[in-house]
Amino acid sequence: MLTAFALVGLVMGLSAVASRYLTFGRIHGSAIAVLAGLMLAWLGGTMTGGTHGLADIPMLSGIGIMGGAMLRDFGIVATAFEVDMAKAKAAGLYGALGLLIGLVLPFTIGVLVAAAYGYTDAISLTTIGAGAITYIVGPVTGAALGANSEVMAIAIAIGVLKAILVMAGTPFLAKVMKLDNSRSAMVFGGLMATTSGVSGGLAATDRRLIPYGALTATFSTGLGCLFGPSVLFLIVRAITGE
Amino acid sequence: MVIYGVALLAACTLVGALLGDMLGVALGIDANVGGVGIAMVLLIAIRLVLIRQGLLKEGVTFGIAFWGALYIPIVVAMAATQNVVGAMKAGPMVAIAAVCTVAACFGVVALLGRLGGPVETMDEMDARQRREGLPPITGPAG
Repeated sequence: MLTAFALVGLVMGLSAVASRYLTFGRIHGSAIAVLAGLMLAWLGGTMTGGTHGLADIPMLSGIGIMGGAMLRDFGIVATAFEVDMAKAKAAGLYGALGLLIGLVLPFTIGVLVAAAYGYTDAISLTTIGAGAITYIVGPVTGAALGANSEVMAIAIAIGVLKAILVMAGTPFLAKVMKLDNSRSAMVFGGLMATTSGVSGGLAATDRRLIPYGALTATFSTGLGCLFGPSVLFLIVRAITGE
Repeated sequence: MVIYGVALLAACTLVGALLGDMLGVALGIDANVGGVGIAMVLLIAIRLVLIRQGLLKEGVTFGIAFWGALYIPIVVAMAATQNVVGAMKAGPMVAIAAVCTVAACFGVVALLGRLGGPVETMDEMDARQRREGLPPITGPAG
Protein backbone atom coordinates (compact mmCIF):
# COMPACT_ATOMS: atom_id res chain seq x y z
CA MET A 1 0.00 0.00 0.00
CA LEU A 2 2.86 2.38 0.84
CA THR A 3 4.56 1.41 -2.42
CA ALA A 4 1.29 2.31 -4.14
CA PHE A 5 1.18 5.78 -2.54
CA ALA A 6 4.77 6.44 -3.58
CA LEU A 7 4.27 5.13 -7.12
CA VAL A 8 1.03 7.07 -7.71
CA GLY A 9 2.68 10.19 -6.29
CA LEU A 10 5.54 9.73 -8.73
CA VAL A 11 3.17 9.20 -11.68
CA MET A 12 1.19 12.32 -10.74
CA GLY A 13 4.35 14.38 -10.32
CA LEU A 14 5.71 13.31 -13.70
CA SER A 15 2.30 13.98 -15.26
CA ALA A 16 2.20 17.49 -13.83
CA VAL A 17 5.66 18.16 -15.30
CA ALA A 18 4.62 16.68 -18.66
CA SER A 19 1.48 18.81 -18.62
CA ARG A 20 3.46 22.00 -18.04
CA TYR A 21 6.37 21.46 -20.41
CA LEU A 22 5.08 19.12 -23.13
CA THR A 23 1.55 20.46 -23.57
CA PHE A 24 2.10 23.94 -22.03
CA GLY A 25 -0.76 23.38 -19.63
CA ARG A 26 -3.28 22.63 -22.36
CA ILE A 27 -3.83 19.07 -21.18
CA HIS A 28 -4.51 18.75 -17.47
CA GLY A 29 -1.93 16.90 -15.37
CA SER A 30 -4.67 14.68 -13.93
CA ALA A 31 -5.74 13.66 -17.44
CA ILE A 32 -2.20 12.61 -18.27
CA ALA A 33 -1.97 10.77 -14.93
CA VAL A 34 -5.16 8.79 -15.64
CA LEU A 35 -3.90 7.92 -19.13
CA ALA A 36 -0.54 6.92 -17.64
CA GLY A 37 -2.44 4.73 -15.17
CA LEU A 38 -4.24 2.99 -18.04
CA MET A 39 -0.94 2.47 -19.86
CA LEU A 40 0.63 1.01 -16.72
CA ALA A 41 -2.41 -1.28 -16.44
CA TRP A 42 -1.75 -2.45 -19.99
CA LEU A 43 1.92 -3.00 -19.15
CA GLY A 44 1.03 -4.95 -16.00
CA GLY A 45 -1.50 -7.06 -17.84
CA THR A 46 0.95 -7.85 -20.64
CA MET A 47 3.74 -8.75 -18.22
CA THR A 48 1.70 -11.04 -15.96
CA GLY A 49 -1.21 -12.15 -18.14
CA GLY A 50 -3.53 -11.24 -15.27
CA THR A 51 -6.73 -9.20 -15.31
CA HIS A 52 -5.96 -6.56 -12.65
CA GLY A 53 -3.41 -4.48 -14.50
CA LEU A 54 -0.50 -3.32 -12.39
CA ALA A 55 -1.93 -4.94 -9.24
CA ASP A 56 -1.01 -8.40 -10.61
CA ILE A 57 2.66 -7.64 -10.07
CA PRO A 58 3.15 -8.94 -6.51
CA MET A 59 5.32 -6.01 -5.39
CA LEU A 60 2.63 -3.57 -6.52
CA SER A 61 -0.44 -5.41 -5.19
CA GLY A 62 -1.08 -2.44 -2.86
CA ILE A 63 -2.26 -0.46 -5.83
CA GLY A 64 -5.23 -2.81 -5.99
CA ILE A 65 -6.23 -1.74 -2.47
CA MET A 66 -5.64 1.94 -3.20
CA GLY A 67 -7.68 1.78 -6.42
CA GLY A 68 -10.21 -0.72 -5.08
CA ALA A 69 -13.91 -0.19 -4.50
CA MET A 70 -13.57 0.57 -0.76
CA LEU A 71 -11.22 3.55 -1.01
CA ARG A 72 -12.89 4.69 -4.22
CA ASP A 73 -16.30 4.92 -2.50
CA PHE A 74 -14.73 6.49 0.61
CA GLY A 75 -13.15 9.17 -1.58
CA ILE A 76 -16.32 9.85 -3.56
CA VAL A 77 -18.39 10.27 -0.39
CA ALA A 78 -15.75 12.70 0.95
CA THR A 79 -16.16 14.90 -2.14
CA ALA A 80 -19.85 15.33 -1.17
CA PHE A 81 -18.60 17.77 1.45
CA GLU A 82 -18.07 20.22 -1.42
CA VAL A 83 -21.58 19.93 -2.86
CA ASP A 84 -23.70 23.07 -3.00
CA MET A 85 -27.11 21.52 -2.21
CA ALA A 86 -29.08 24.29 -3.96
CA LYS A 87 -27.16 23.59 -7.17
CA ALA A 88 -27.75 19.86 -6.92
CA LYS A 89 -31.47 20.39 -6.36
CA ALA A 90 -31.79 22.82 -9.27
CA ALA A 91 -30.17 20.24 -11.55
CA GLY A 92 -32.26 17.36 -10.21
CA LEU A 93 -34.60 17.12 -13.17
CA TYR A 94 -31.75 17.18 -15.67
CA GLY A 95 -29.90 14.58 -13.63
CA ALA A 96 -32.95 12.29 -13.68
CA LEU A 97 -33.35 12.79 -17.43
CA GLY A 98 -29.66 11.94 -17.87
CA LEU A 99 -30.10 8.77 -15.79
CA LEU A 100 -33.00 7.60 -17.95
CA ILE A 101 -31.27 8.28 -21.28
CA GLY A 102 -28.09 6.76 -19.79
CA LEU A 103 -29.92 3.44 -19.41
CA VAL A 104 -31.91 3.35 -22.64
CA LEU A 105 -29.41 4.76 -25.16
CA PRO A 106 -26.37 2.52 -24.38
CA PHE A 107 -28.65 -0.49 -24.02
CA THR A 108 -30.23 0.09 -27.43
CA ILE A 109 -26.85 0.54 -29.12
CA GLY A 110 -25.49 -2.58 -27.40
CA VAL A 111 -28.48 -4.65 -28.52
CA LEU A 112 -28.24 -3.35 -32.10
CA VAL A 113 -24.52 -4.12 -32.36
CA ALA A 114 -25.09 -7.60 -30.91
CA ALA A 115 -27.90 -8.16 -33.41
CA ALA A 116 -25.63 -7.02 -36.24
CA TYR A 117 -23.10 -9.65 -35.12
CA GLY A 118 -25.71 -12.38 -35.41
CA TYR A 119 -27.12 -12.75 -31.91
CA THR A 120 -30.85 -13.41 -32.07
CA ASP A 121 -31.89 -14.70 -28.64
CA ALA A 122 -33.34 -12.21 -26.15
CA ILE A 123 -31.07 -13.34 -23.28
CA SER A 124 -27.80 -12.71 -25.15
CA LEU A 125 -29.07 -9.46 -26.68
CA THR A 126 -30.19 -8.13 -23.28
CA THR A 127 -26.96 -9.15 -21.55
CA ILE A 128 -24.74 -7.48 -24.18
CA GLY A 129 -26.97 -4.40 -24.17
CA ALA A 130 -26.72 -4.26 -20.36
CA GLY A 131 -22.93 -4.48 -20.66
CA ALA A 132 -23.03 -1.24 -22.64
CA ILE A 133 -24.55 0.42 -19.53
CA THR A 134 -21.77 -0.61 -17.13
CA TYR A 135 -19.51 -3.63 -16.57
CA ILE A 136 -21.48 -4.41 -13.39
CA VAL A 137 -24.95 -4.21 -14.97
CA GLY A 138 -23.87 -6.61 -17.78
CA PRO A 139 -22.89 -9.62 -15.67
CA VAL A 140 -25.63 -9.03 -13.06
CA THR A 141 -28.23 -9.03 -15.82
CA GLY A 142 -26.62 -12.00 -17.57
CA ALA A 143 -26.50 -14.01 -14.34
CA ALA A 144 -30.15 -13.22 -13.59
CA LEU A 145 -31.21 -14.32 -17.07
CA GLY A 146 -28.87 -17.33 -17.34
CA ALA A 147 -26.71 -16.09 -20.21
CA ASN A 148 -23.72 -18.20 -21.28
CA SER A 149 -20.22 -17.28 -20.17
CA GLU A 150 -19.01 -16.12 -23.59
CA VAL A 151 -21.82 -13.56 -23.75
CA MET A 152 -21.08 -12.49 -20.15
CA ALA A 153 -17.41 -11.98 -21.01
CA ILE A 154 -18.39 -9.83 -24.01
CA ALA A 155 -20.77 -7.77 -21.84
CA ILE A 156 -18.05 -7.18 -19.24
CA ALA A 157 -15.50 -6.27 -21.91
CA ILE A 158 -17.84 -3.69 -23.46
CA GLY A 159 -18.46 -2.15 -20.04
CA VAL A 160 -14.74 -2.04 -19.17
CA LEU A 161 -13.84 -0.50 -22.52
CA LYS A 162 -16.63 2.05 -22.07
CA ALA A 163 -15.25 3.03 -18.65
CA ILE A 164 -11.74 3.37 -20.11
CA LEU A 165 -12.96 5.46 -23.06
CA VAL A 166 -14.94 7.77 -20.77
CA MET A 167 -11.92 8.19 -18.46
CA ALA A 168 -9.59 8.96 -21.33
CA GLY A 169 -11.96 10.95 -23.56
CA THR A 170 -13.74 13.27 -21.12
CA PRO A 171 -10.96 15.85 -20.55
CA PHE A 172 -10.53 16.28 -24.31
CA LEU A 173 -14.24 16.69 -25.04
CA ALA A 174 -15.17 18.64 -21.89
CA LYS A 175 -15.32 21.99 -23.72
CA VAL A 176 -17.60 20.61 -26.46
CA MET A 177 -19.90 19.13 -23.81
CA LYS A 178 -19.91 22.42 -21.84
CA LEU A 179 -18.72 20.39 -18.87
CA ASP A 180 -17.94 23.43 -16.70
CA ASN A 181 -20.92 23.59 -14.35
CA SER A 182 -22.65 21.47 -11.74
CA ARG A 183 -25.73 20.82 -13.88
CA SER A 184 -23.94 19.42 -16.91
CA ALA A 185 -21.76 17.35 -14.53
CA MET A 186 -24.91 15.76 -13.07
CA VAL A 187 -26.32 15.06 -16.54
CA PHE A 188 -22.94 13.64 -17.55
CA GLY A 189 -22.80 11.36 -14.49
CA GLY A 190 -26.22 9.87 -15.12
CA LEU A 191 -25.68 9.49 -18.85
CA MET A 192 -22.28 7.84 -18.72
CA ALA A 193 -23.46 5.60 -15.87
CA THR A 194 -20.05 4.03 -15.24
CA THR A 195 -18.93 5.33 -11.83
CA SER A 196 -15.27 4.64 -12.47
CA GLY A 197 -15.39 6.22 -15.93
CA VAL A 198 -17.27 9.29 -14.69
CA SER A 199 -15.09 9.86 -11.65
CA GLY A 200 -11.89 9.29 -13.64
CA GLY A 201 -13.03 11.54 -16.47
CA LEU A 202 -14.17 14.36 -14.18
CA ALA A 203 -11.06 14.09 -12.02
CA ALA A 204 -9.02 14.65 -15.15
CA THR A 205 -11.19 17.61 -16.20
CA ASP A 206 -11.96 19.63 -13.05
CA ARG A 207 -12.04 18.02 -9.64
CA ARG A 208 -14.74 20.44 -8.45
CA LEU A 209 -17.20 18.63 -10.75
CA ILE A 210 -16.60 15.16 -9.27
CA PRO A 211 -19.24 15.18 -6.50
CA TYR A 212 -22.02 16.31 -8.86
CA GLY A 213 -21.23 13.68 -11.49
CA ALA A 214 -20.69 10.94 -8.91
CA LEU A 215 -23.99 11.75 -7.20
CA THR A 216 -25.97 10.68 -10.27
CA ALA A 217 -23.57 8.04 -11.60
CA THR A 218 -23.78 5.97 -8.43
CA PHE A 219 -27.49 5.50 -9.02
CA SER A 220 -27.12 4.32 -12.63
CA THR A 221 -25.59 0.94 -11.84
CA GLY A 222 -28.33 0.19 -9.32
CA LEU A 223 -31.05 1.27 -11.72
CA GLY A 224 -29.45 -0.73 -14.53
CA CYS A 225 -29.33 -3.88 -12.39
CA LEU A 226 -32.98 -3.28 -11.58
CA PHE A 227 -34.25 -2.64 -15.12
CA GLY A 228 -31.87 -4.88 -17.12
CA PRO A 229 -33.22 -8.32 -16.22
CA SER A 230 -36.81 -7.03 -15.96
CA VAL A 231 -38.23 -4.23 -18.11
CA LEU A 232 -35.45 -4.12 -20.72
CA PHE A 233 -35.40 -7.92 -21.09
CA LEU A 234 -39.19 -8.05 -21.52
CA ILE A 235 -39.03 -5.38 -24.22
CA VAL A 236 -36.28 -7.21 -26.11
CA ARG A 237 -38.14 -10.51 -25.81
CA ALA A 238 -41.33 -8.90 -27.09
CA ILE A 239 -39.41 -7.74 -30.17
CA THR A 240 -37.45 -10.96 -30.86
CA GLY A 241 -40.41 -13.16 -29.97
CA GLU A 242 -38.21 -15.83 -28.28
CA MET B 1 -10.24 16.48 16.16
CA VAL B 2 -9.33 15.14 12.73
CA ILE B 3 -10.43 11.63 13.65
CA TYR B 4 -14.01 12.87 14.18
CA GLY B 5 -14.12 13.91 10.52
CA VAL B 6 -12.68 10.59 9.33
CA ALA B 7 -15.06 8.68 11.63
CA LEU B 8 -18.05 10.68 10.37
CA LEU B 9 -17.05 9.97 6.79
CA ALA B 10 -16.60 6.25 7.50
CA ALA B 11 -19.95 6.08 9.31
CA CYS B 12 -21.77 7.78 6.40
CA THR B 13 -20.11 5.46 3.86
CA LEU B 14 -21.00 2.36 5.91
CA VAL B 15 -24.62 3.42 6.55
CA GLY B 16 -24.99 4.25 2.84
CA ALA B 17 -23.59 0.85 1.81
CA LEU B 18 -25.91 -0.90 4.27
CA LEU B 19 -29.00 0.98 3.10
CA GLY B 20 -28.00 0.39 -0.54
CA ASP B 21 -27.69 -3.36 0.09
CA MET B 22 -31.04 -3.41 1.89
CA LEU B 23 -32.65 -1.53 -0.99
CA GLY B 24 -31.18 -4.13 -3.36
CA VAL B 25 -32.63 -7.00 -1.30
CA ALA B 26 -36.00 -5.24 -1.09
CA LEU B 27 -36.06 -4.86 -4.87
CA GLY B 28 -34.95 -8.46 -5.35
CA ILE B 29 -31.66 -7.72 -7.13
CA ASP B 30 -28.18 -8.87 -6.29
CA ALA B 31 -26.56 -5.43 -6.20
CA ASN B 32 -26.06 -2.37 -4.07
CA VAL B 33 -28.57 0.26 -5.18
CA GLY B 34 -27.19 3.78 -4.87
CA GLY B 35 -25.31 3.13 -1.61
CA VAL B 36 -22.65 5.74 -2.35
CA GLY B 37 -25.30 8.25 -3.41
CA ILE B 38 -27.20 7.73 -0.16
CA ALA B 39 -23.97 8.19 1.81
CA MET B 40 -23.26 11.44 -0.05
CA VAL B 41 -26.73 12.84 0.68
CA LEU B 42 -26.29 11.82 4.33
CA LEU B 43 -22.94 13.62 4.59
CA ILE B 44 -24.35 16.74 2.90
CA ALA B 45 -27.24 16.79 5.40
CA ILE B 46 -24.95 16.28 8.42
CA ARG B 47 -22.66 19.06 7.19
CA LEU B 48 -25.60 21.48 7.12
CA VAL B 49 -26.66 20.46 10.64
CA LEU B 50 -23.09 20.86 11.96
CA ILE B 51 -22.79 24.33 10.40
CA ARG B 52 -26.08 25.38 11.96
CA GLN B 53 -25.02 24.10 15.41
CA GLY B 54 -21.59 25.70 15.06
CA LEU B 55 -19.94 22.31 15.50
CA LEU B 56 -18.10 22.22 12.18
CA LYS B 57 -14.57 22.62 13.56
CA GLU B 58 -11.49 22.85 11.38
CA GLY B 59 -10.29 19.37 12.37
CA VAL B 60 -13.54 17.72 11.33
CA THR B 61 -13.44 19.45 7.95
CA PHE B 62 -9.79 18.48 7.46
CA GLY B 63 -10.49 14.82 8.23
CA ILE B 64 -13.00 14.73 5.39
CA ALA B 65 -11.37 17.16 2.95
CA PHE B 66 -8.14 15.11 3.12
CA TRP B 67 -9.87 12.07 1.63
CA GLY B 68 -11.65 14.20 -0.93
CA ALA B 69 -8.29 15.58 -2.01
CA LEU B 70 -6.82 12.06 -2.26
CA TYR B 71 -9.55 11.16 -4.69
CA ILE B 72 -7.62 11.85 -7.88
CA PRO B 73 -4.64 9.67 -6.84
CA ILE B 74 -7.15 6.94 -5.96
CA VAL B 75 -8.64 7.26 -9.45
CA VAL B 76 -5.17 7.00 -11.00
CA ALA B 77 -4.59 3.80 -9.00
CA MET B 78 -7.99 2.56 -10.16
CA ALA B 79 -7.06 3.25 -13.78
CA ALA B 80 -3.84 1.29 -13.27
CA THR B 81 -5.80 -1.80 -12.19
CA GLN B 82 -8.25 -1.98 -15.12
CA ASN B 83 -8.14 -4.99 -17.42
CA VAL B 84 -6.91 -2.91 -20.37
CA VAL B 85 -5.30 -5.89 -22.12
CA GLY B 86 -8.51 -7.90 -21.97
CA ALA B 87 -10.63 -5.01 -23.22
CA MET B 88 -8.27 -4.38 -26.14
CA LYS B 89 -8.12 -8.02 -27.25
CA ALA B 90 -11.82 -8.72 -27.08
CA GLY B 91 -12.52 -8.16 -30.75
CA PRO B 92 -14.25 -5.67 -33.02
CA MET B 93 -17.79 -6.19 -31.67
CA VAL B 94 -16.76 -5.02 -28.20
CA ALA B 95 -14.89 -2.04 -29.64
CA ILE B 96 -17.77 -1.01 -31.91
CA ALA B 97 -20.37 -1.28 -29.14
CA ALA B 98 -18.26 0.65 -26.62
CA VAL B 99 -17.14 3.39 -29.02
CA CYS B 100 -20.66 3.96 -30.39
CA THR B 101 -22.14 4.06 -26.89
CA VAL B 102 -19.60 6.53 -25.55
CA ALA B 103 -19.82 8.74 -28.66
CA ALA B 104 -23.64 8.83 -28.49
CA CYS B 105 -23.60 9.63 -24.76
CA PHE B 106 -21.04 12.41 -25.19
CA GLY B 107 -23.28 13.84 -27.92
CA VAL B 108 -26.39 13.80 -25.72
CA VAL B 109 -24.52 15.51 -22.85
CA ALA B 110 -23.45 18.26 -25.27
CA LEU B 111 -27.04 18.59 -26.48
CA LEU B 112 -28.62 18.71 -23.00
CA GLY B 113 -26.01 21.23 -21.86
CA ARG B 114 -27.18 23.61 -24.61
CA LEU B 115 -30.90 23.05 -24.12
CA GLY B 116 -31.38 24.33 -20.61
CA GLY B 117 -30.08 27.89 -20.87
CA PRO B 118 -27.00 29.29 -19.17
CA VAL B 119 -25.88 27.98 -15.80
CA GLU B 120 -23.31 29.38 -13.40
CA THR B 121 -19.99 27.68 -14.15
CA MET B 122 -17.75 26.40 -11.37
CA ASP B 123 -15.37 29.33 -11.95
CA GLU B 124 -18.23 31.83 -11.62
CA MET B 125 -19.50 30.02 -8.53
CA ASP B 126 -16.11 30.32 -6.81
CA ALA B 127 -15.81 33.96 -7.90
CA ARG B 128 -19.24 34.75 -6.40
CA GLN B 129 -18.28 33.05 -3.14
CA ARG B 130 -15.13 35.18 -2.98
CA ARG B 131 -17.08 38.38 -3.71
CA GLU B 132 -19.47 37.59 -0.90
CA GLY B 133 -16.51 37.10 1.40
CA LEU B 134 -17.18 33.40 1.85
CA PRO B 135 -14.53 30.72 1.40
CA PRO B 136 -14.91 28.89 -1.92
CA ILE B 137 -17.16 25.86 -1.65
CA THR B 138 -14.75 23.80 -3.63
CA GLY B 139 -11.08 23.02 -3.48
CA PRO B 140 -8.58 24.19 -6.07
CA ALA B 141 -9.31 23.24 -9.64
CA GLY B 142 -6.29 20.90 -9.84
